[in-house]
Formats: sequence, structure tokens, C-alpha cells
Amino acid sequence: MEHFFSQLSAAFGMLADVQLISVVLVASAFGLFVGAIPGLTATMATALLVPVTFYMTPLAAVAAIVSCTAMAITAGDIPGCLIRMPGTPASAAYTDETYAMTRRGLAAQALGSSLVSSVIGGLFGAIVLMIAAPVLASYALRFSSFEYFWLALMGLSCAAFISSSDLLRGMIALLIGLFLATVGMDPLTGTPRFDFGFTALLGGLNFIPIMIGMFAVCEIMNNLATDSERVRIKEIPKPVGRIFAGIGGLISRYRRNTARGAVLGTLIGALPGAGGDLAAWMSYSLAKRFSKTPEKFGTGHPEGVIEAGAANNAALSGAWVPALVFGIPGDAVTAIAVGVLIMKGLNPGPQLFESQAPTLYAIYLIFIVANLLLLPLGWLAIRLAMPLLRIPPHQLSAVILMFCILGSYAINNSIFDIGVMLLFGVVSFVLGRLGVPKGPIILGLVLGPMVEMNFLTSMAIADGRFLGFFERPIAGGLGVAAILIWGFVLMRALRGHSDKAKHAAKSDM
Amino acid sequence: MNIETSTRKPMALRRRLLWPLAALLTAAGLSSTALAAYPDRPITLIVPWAAGGGTDATGRFVATLLERELKQPVNVVNRTGGGGIVGHTEISNAKPDGYTIGVVTTELSLYRWLGTSQLTYANYTPLVLYNTDPVAIHVQAEKGPKNLNELISAVKAKPGVMKASGANLGGLAHLSVAGLLTSMNIPLASMPWVPSEGATPSLQLLASDAIEVVATTMPEAQTMVDAKRARTLVIMASKRDPVYPDVLTVKEAVGVDWSLGAWRGIAGPKGMPADVTTRLANALRKVVNDPEFKKLMDSRKFGVEFADPAGFVSYLQTAQERFGVAAKAAGLAK
Repeated sequence: MEHFFSQLSAAFGMLADVQLISVVLVASAFGLFVGAIPGLTATMATALLVPVTFYMTPLAAVAAIVSCTAMAITAGDIPGCLIRMPGTPASAAYTDETYAMTRRGLAAQALGSSLVSSVIGGLFGAIVLMIAAPVLASYALRFSSFEYFWLALMGLSCAAFISSSDLLRGMIALLIGLFLATVGMDPLTGTPRFDFGFTALLGGLNFIPIMIGMFAVCEIMNNLATDSERVRIKEIPKPVGRIFAGIGGLISRYRRNTARGAVLGTLIGALPGAGGDLAAWMSYSLAKRFSKTPEKFGTGHPEGVIEAGAANNAALSGAWVPALVFGIPGDAVTAIAVGVLIMKGLNPGPQLFESQAPTLYAIYLIFIVANLLLLPLGWLAIRLAMPLLRIPPHQLSAVILMFCILGSYAINNSIFDIGVMLLFGVVSFVLGRLGVPKGPIILGLVLGPMVEMNFLTSMAIADGRFLGFFERPIAGGLGVAAILIWGFVLMRALRGHSDKAKHAAKSDM
Repeated sequence: MNIETSTRKPMALRRRLLWPLAALLTAAGLSSTALAAYPDRPITLIVPWAAGGGTDATGRFVATLLERELKQPVNVVNRTGGGGIVGHTEISNAKPDGYTIGVVTTELSLYRWLGTSQLTYANYTPLVLYNTDPVAIHVQAEKGPKNLNELISAVKAKPGVMKASGANLGGLAHLSVAGLLTSMNIPLASMPWVPSEGATPSLQLLASDAIEVVATTMPEAQTMVDAKRARTLVIMASKRDPVYPDVLTVKEAVGVDWSLGAWRGIAGPKGMPADVTTRLANALRKVVNDPEFKKLMDSRKFGVEFADPAGFVSYLQTAQERFGVAAKAAGLAK
């Protein structure tokens, strides 16, 4: 216990740093800005932050990502509520609900309840992270390449099965990601693969330009493509009233929803491939199913907003648990964060918890600080949102594209990376139009090398016997679990397929 | 021409645009530039590895202090890719005027042997050796053998059962173990190599009882040794490390003279003018022997070792030979 407090006081000491505090404030402002603009996501904000984190201390870099994403997810509720355009996909689940509240003159209540429930969800997720991560880490020290192989494989399965409703497209996305991960030297023999004679490809594709391309450039293209459909704001909503008025009573009336949203959000966040978006959708529908007044949903009822608002912020913190303990990211944001951690010499894994304990405590504290900062900054953002929403999207796109180019170039001073960024922007735009999800691509790209390396390492240890993967007790358990998941999903897919075929046959007749 | 300071990356874009202009100006006033005392404009220090890593950190230490010494900005530029080949090639291809130099690393002793590149130290003007970290052998703290002799007899008694790791195939750690086994006439298959991504995952394998031996430098294993999960048996150096006075050298442990380690130094392209080389070598001598440099290196637990250009060349010669022996022993030499 004494040890714990000395670590904690060391962590507080690390937080009392002018650079760190200003980084948190600037990143928060950036997150609020990005989140409040419809069409710009929290993942894109993070991808654009990466080149800047390059100049920061490791802790400041993590702090920037944490505070930026928390703000972006919360600020995404604002345009959804005011003009019925969700700022980030995580807010999409309850945009209609909050907009209905606005039309009933309850805009202040809608924004206030989603803001406060976000803070509660975020704080809960942070506390779970604080408790669960070190416990898992001490357990994970007993994990070898066999266990990691199964874990990474399960992460991949989650990516394909959970993060998209369409199994086939999810699998396609996953395989694209896995293919991209094979570019570069073979980890075992150093043989170049798919380098097409480019020296720049020998070390593998650079992760960050891909992320910037897939999230930022692709979204710029999406915005331009849908511009004609975009509703111009004709009626300017009335200034929002006192947003915290009566919220305490509302939250305590729906305390059960707040708690359920926070718990479910944290759990879903911790699953690889499933982030705040899914947490919000699931929580909203759960709230409706268990509500005493389900008929009120959709007419401007705060119950679902509170539950889903808590869930998407809790998912953000939950995603960091597997990212820090195993290096397996829980969502696209932590996928980027894992890359930043490695770049900063903080390799995620159980050893991090032994060698960098004070830094980790400081990271947990940042989660708490960022979520508490949401209250004043979120209030400010709601005040300032209307002018922001009037910025013409074209001008915004030009500025963002400039940052994309600068960011991709700055990481390695490489023109090649700019090309990679643009290429992936276009590819991901086309894939998006075809309904192929991005999440599995990113996870394939991040987890692919992990699966491959741990497989090769394990095979070398087991002298090439496949049974070696089941001989250690934990590895055996994980292996059986992984096979069961695959079997279950495949069976369901096959049955679904034959059902569909039957339906098709019927409708033909 | 430009007055940027050490790490302003976006400025590099502008610098690239200035190249044609600079070339024009240089061509116009060639005679006058030749007369000006070196250095009269900023120097570029190429780092062939990614920002944030060990080579990047040490390269930036050197750059900061060299800037003070030469009174000119020293810009660190990371040119990564191809296992360091991209950056190393760029250093050797730079104009030998002393305005582009770079950090050269252990891998330079390996490229020729592994057939990945034709580059060797002969393609450079070595300026200073500033860091060496010998490889050490680590075993499980509780279950592992008490000393190297015990490990060797266990390996001989049951060939192929004990597995070793530390890095990829053909990496420094692998070659150091291959060389050690060969120097004791033990077949390599007696202790098979398990490829991994580096020291940290290898130590994780050791701690989780999946393998028995890890070869890595002392600083990289420090955390696990402190946590009593790993124990150091021997260090592959010619003499004991004053920081770890209790760790025997290979020669002290089994009487075989085998040493191998990671190294880092500064070099420029081949064919630099003598006066420029001398000026740089003198400045770098002061940098590496500066107590502040030692303090910076200690903060990241890198071992400081100084050698002047002549000493660096002979160090590189020995390294080239030893890595050759190891690569051939491992059956990887091409």
C-alpha cells in the first residue's frame, strides 16, 4: 500500500508540469473543435495529432491523445443535438433523440444530460482501467508467445465478427489489413515481401500515413462527395439555456441507465475492434428494451441519451486496458496510441507495469483529469458551437488536407509517405462506398505482425509441433476458446446464409 | 541559407525547396565558399533509425553538444527503412564536405555478411566511436543454471532442449550466441535460436518459462534483472563492466576469448577533406568526453566508449571480422 502511494505521489509530481498541462488544454480544444464539426471523427483527430506528439515527452503524447479523444466524442453530441448531424459516429446512436429534445425546447437538457453522463461514464472507465490493467498485467507476465498468439488471433476474430454487422465484408476488410501487414521484410528470414523494388517498403508500410489517409483524407472526400446532400442550416436554433439546470435530478432518476451504460461501454471498449460507436448503439437499444416507457424513445426522451452517452465515453477508457497490458488495441484510437507508445520507447506489455509504474499512474490520472475537464470545456464548447457549425466545409477541408500532408511527411521526412497517405485515402474512400468497414483493416494491420511473429516464435520453441500451442495450460484454454468462437460464428454464418437462400427462393416464387 | 534549429521537421520541406537556389548560389560563388572556414552553415546529422529509439536518442545527445562546439546548428534527420540501410546509404552517398554526417550503428558490421547491402566501414570516414554495449547472457533467476559452465554442460547433455532468444535471425544477439557456441566447438543445433522482435519480447519468453536463455545488452535486461526474473551469467566483453563489477567475462568464465556487442559512432562519407575531418574529429572528441554527454547517456543507460578516428577504424576492423566469424558460424553468411 505504501508502495502504491509513493507511486501515486510520483505520478502527481509528473502531472505538475507546465508543458503537460498546456498540452492537455490545447489537445482538448482541438478535440472539441474536431468533435463539434460534423463528419470529423475522434480517430481522425488522433491521427492528425501523432506528428505533433513527436516533439513531446512520452507522457505528454499520451495525455494529448487521451484528452483529445474524450473531448471529441463528447463534443460530437453538440451538432447532433442542434442540427441533427452527429459530430462523430459515436453520437449517431442518439442523434435523433437529442434533436427531438431540441425541437421540444429541451436542447439545454439534452446537452447537459449527455455531457454529465459522458463525464460519469468516462470516470468509471478510467477507474476500471486503473484497477484492471495492473491486475491483468501481473497475470500477463506469465504469458509467452503461445498465449499471445491466441490472444492476437482472438483480437482478429473480434475485429471481423463484432465490429461489422456484415461478416463477409468484415472478413474482406480483415484480410486486406493482414495483407498490408505482410509488406516488408519477413520477420524470420529477412526476405523482402511485396516491396516492388522500393527501399522505402523494405521496413514495411508506415502505419501513421495509412491512418491519416484512411481517416482524415477519406473523410474529406466523403464530405465533399455528400456536400450536395448536406443540409444548410436555415433556422438558427435559439441560444441554449442553462445546461446544468436540473441535470443532477435527471441523472439520479436514471442512475441505473448511467451505471449500465458505463459498465457495458467499458466492456465493449476493451474488446478489440469494438469502440465507442458500437457501445453507444448497444446501450441505446438496451436502454429501450429495459425501459418502463419504451414508447417515449424517439420523441425526445433523455433515458437512452444518458445511457449511451455514458457508454461511448466509458468505451474510450476501456479500450486502453488491452492496449496497455497486451499491446492489443481495443479500438482505432488506441491502435494509433500503441504506435505512439512504441515510438516513445514505452512498449506496451506487462513489463511496462514494472518498469514504468509511475508513468502509468500518471496516465490513469490524465484520464480522470481529462474527464473532469469535460465539464467546464464542454460547457464552453456548447456556447461556442454555433459559429463553428457555420464554417464552410470546403475551407475546412483544405486546411485539414494541408495538415495531412505535413503530418505524413514530418514523421520520416519522406515524400513516399505522402504518396502512401493519399493512396490509402482514395482506397479507403472506395472501400467505404462498397460498405467495407475500416476497423478490421486497421486491426489486421496492427495485429497481423503480432500473429505472425508469435506464431513463428512459438513454432521455433515447440520444434515445429502444432500441439505445442495447447501444451501450456493458459495457452490451451485460450486456444479452445478461440476455436469455439470461430466455430460458432462460422456456423451462424452458414445457417444465416441458408436462411437467406430459402428466403430468396420463396420470394422468387 | 537557413537558420533552423535542431528538430523543426516541417522546415525540411522548405529546405528542399531551397536546394535549387542553394545549388545556384554555390555554383556562382564557388571560390568564396572554399575560402570560408568550416563550418559556416548548418550541418545535417542523419540518423538511420526511427525517432524515439536508442540510436535517435544518442544521436540527438551528440547533435546538441556538437552544435555548441561548432557554433552552427546541427539538424537531426531520421532516414529510416530497410533495417537501417536507407540511412546508412544516404550518409555514404552524401557530398563529402562535412555538412552531412550521420550516426552509424552495429548493423554496418553485418550488411556485407548477410548480403543485405555492400556497405562496410570502408565506405565512410569514421569520426568518433561514442557507445558500445556488450551482449550478455541471461537465464531464469530461480530455475536457471548458476554459471556459464553449468549452462554449457546442460546444453551438451541434452542438445536441442534449451532454447535461446534475444532478437531476429541474423541480428546481433543471434550472432553473439552463434559465435560463442562455435568458439567452444558446440554445434549450434544444441541450443536452437528462437526468433523474436527484440530484447523485451525475448525476456517475456524467459519470464514465462517458454525459453531458457536470452542474449541481450545489460541496459535492456536491467528491469527484468532488478525484478528478480532474470539473472546475468556472463558479459561478452574483453573486460568487466565497472557498472556491473560482479558479472564475469566469457574469458573469465570458460577461458574462451569471445566478445561481441552493439556499437554506435559518427561518420561522414568517404573522401572528406583532411582539415574538415580534423575539425569534426576534435569537436566530437570534446563532445564525447564532456561530462554532460556521460550524464545524458547514463540517463538512458547507454555505455560511453570513446575512440578517435584511428581507434574507431581499428574497432570497426575487429567488429567486421568477429561478425564474419559469427555469421559464418550461424550459417547466415552470404
